[in-house]
Amino acid sequence: MMEEKEFSSKAYLDMELLRFTTAGSVDDGKSTLIGRLLYDSKSIFEDQLEAVKRASIKKGNESIDLSLLTDGLRAEREQGITIDVAYRYFATPKRKFIIADTPGHVQYTRNMVTGASTANAAIILIDARNGITEQSHRHTFIASLLQIPHMVVCVNKMDLVDYAEETYEKIKTDFQAFAAKLAVKDVRFVPISALKGDNVVKKSEKMPWYEGGTLMYILENIHISSDHNHIDARFPVQYVIRPQRDEYHDFRGYAGRVAGGTFKVGDKVMVLPSGFTTTIKSIINHTKELEEAFPPMSVTITLEDDIDISRGDMIVKENNVPRIGQDIDIMMCWMSEKPMRLNGKYALKHTTADARCLIKDVKYKVNVNTLGKIPDDKNIGLNDIARVSIRTTKPLFYDSYRQNRKSGAVILIDEADNTTVGVGMII
Amino acid sequence: MKKYNLNHLRELEAESIYILREVAAQFERPALLFSGGKDSIILVHLSVKAFWPAKIPFPLVHIDTGHNFEETITFRDELCRKLGAQLIVGSVQESIDKGKVVEETGYNASRNLLQTTTLLDTIEKHKFDAAIGGGRRDEEKARAKERFFSHRDEFGQWDPKNQRPELWNIFNGKKNMGEHFRVFPISNWTEMDVWQYIYMENIDIPKLYYTHERDVFLRDGVWLYDAPFMTKKPDEKVERIRVRCRTIGDISCTGLTVSMADSLEDIIQEIAATRITERGGRADDMRSEAAMEDRKKEGYF
Repeated sequence: MMEEKEFSSKAYLDMELLRFTTAGSVDDGKSTLIGRLLYDSKSIFEDQLEAVKRASIKKGNESIDLSLLTDGLRAEREQGITIDVAYRYFATPKRKFIIADTPGHVQYTRNMVTGASTANAAIILIDARNGITEQSHRHTFIASLLQIPHMVVCVNKMDLVDYAEETYEKIKTDFQAFAAKLAVKDVRFVPISALKGDNVVKKSEKMPWYEGGTLMYILENIHISSDHNHIDARFPVQYVIRPQRDEYHDFRGYAGRVAGGTFKVGDKVMVLPSGFTTTIKSIINHTKELEEAFPPMSVTITLEDDIDISRGDMIVKENNVPRIGQDIDIMMCWMSEKPMRLNGKYALKHTTADARCLIKDVKYKVNVNTLGKIPDDKNIGLNDIARVSIRTTKPLFYDSYRQNRKSGAVILIDEADNTTVGVGMII
Repeated sequence: MKKYNLNHLRELEAESIYILREVAAQFERPALLFSGGKDSIILVHLSVKAFWPAKIPFPLVHIDTGHNFEETITFRDELCRKLGAQLIVGSVQESIDKGKVVEETGYNASRNLLQTTTLLDTIEKHKFDAAIGGGRRDEEKARAKERFFSHRDEFGQWDPKNQRPELWNIFNGKKNMGEHFRVFPISNWTEMDVWQYIYMENIDIPKLYYTHERDVFLRDGVWLYDAPFMTKKPDEKVERIRVRCRTIGDISCTGLTVSMADSLEDIIQEIAATRITERGGRADDMRSEAAMEDRKKEGYF
């Protein structure tokens, strides 16, 4: 019994967490696919299934509508659409998964952007009967814009095209040609039928010509440990810990989450904006003293020298400092119904720093369906994506978003009502 | 374990600690909503870790329905004493006595819904601008749409269709006077994660979670504790059997699980094998399809 416990707890500790996003509308079979992943991995419980059955019957559906499982709000159920990002959880013996399930229509671009911001992988659903559509362009573009490291293209509804290899190969070739224009690093393809379960969790007998793994196999085996930036050391100071206790009288700890690179005890570090240099004395997580810290760990760092450091400062390495500046170009997705004000001022958040900014110029707007640039349109409204120049009230310590998703991201806040109105990826 | 890789429990822990520190940094008067259940116990544990060696920089707030298990109260007081944490109790009984709410009557009477008024009054009285809760997205479908930083207007209401977008790990806690935030640091944890973490970290939990003998009766397929204030229907017979709590809430709506689990390993195995969600035994959720959404809009936990 003792041995068994030892074994099972250790096995569990080796599990990784994979966050992935799905975008699509009811017609793509997205809900069916998610339902299938949850159902086949035994993550749907009896009472949930019962509730979905009850609701399906009430709506007059003949079969069980698995989308009712993810559409949690009353308005969503009434209108039969997904409005917001819904988070779903399931696990296999190998990994834990978090799905950010988002609606796929153009009017929900902002929700797709939100779901994509923390994802390791994106599932792009393509209807085998229709091939690549505007919607596939849009989803792929957003995934590449948000720098999701891995993309899995599911060619769905293969049962409706007689499981034909040529159909799958044609879509694959078309997609590769299109993706070549975008910054997409790792793309995989899998022919599936979410409805029939082909190649979702179980290997399909109908498509012997497909030699790759099932969707679940891919999700379980994508290599994600190098998704974080492990080169450029960045530690945004989040909170200063000063215990009011006698035994820790002189303790000054800088709490935060490692945003990039590694920090070791004894490392020479530089603190921004002051530029002072010192050495890491200790790295602690509660009562444990650590040798080193890396993303995405939350730790507390103490330093050899007493330097004035506060929230919003950044600890880096002397020979690898981020860019420092006030004039910044970003790819912005507008999230608010109130249009962006050119020359308007907004509050800005970047890592743990707060500032304000001025919108100086719109360089171009992107047509998210064709990916064409529209240079003369400076009217930015809800769901628009545009390249924008801003000036901040104080220097930011930043990297390009491509280099680091944490030190390269900003959000803009309307100072009148405090809502988040824009999100930006630094170029 | 590969180098430069966190397992999922450590990654969830790091995310939650980050959020707790954001609360301390962004708000002036935060508070931690403590129910005595496992999720709020984990929140306290994570808070200790987040601010060590300093003390937790916010008080614990308990909304006491007056219908709590006795063990919950003992556990709560002992935990606060150990940590030297400040405890603030909001009493539903007091809200009833003052005539602010009316006690439900009948067989399914519960003080669960009444808590909302007491909670909002307590938040207002102490001018809390952030209330940290142990809600998780896997619990219920309205919770699946909840933000980490969830805005509440000056009436304490939640507007689910008009939530602030939340991207990366940047959290917007800006607000006007009189408004507040509910913050859910363990949003991304599942019930299994919680138990595995309790096991991994060896966290002390109330004995109610382990098997024990109790007087119970069956209603609509759910075992309920035969506390003195519970009104039974004529055909509901009291039996003494071995049960345990899967969730701990107000007695009137906490369904008990028939179980022999007397260790954390047993509980984990039981949960791995179970086919019913933990809120499956919560009478408060079965009132309607949108029961949780409706309560949350009004200011519930």
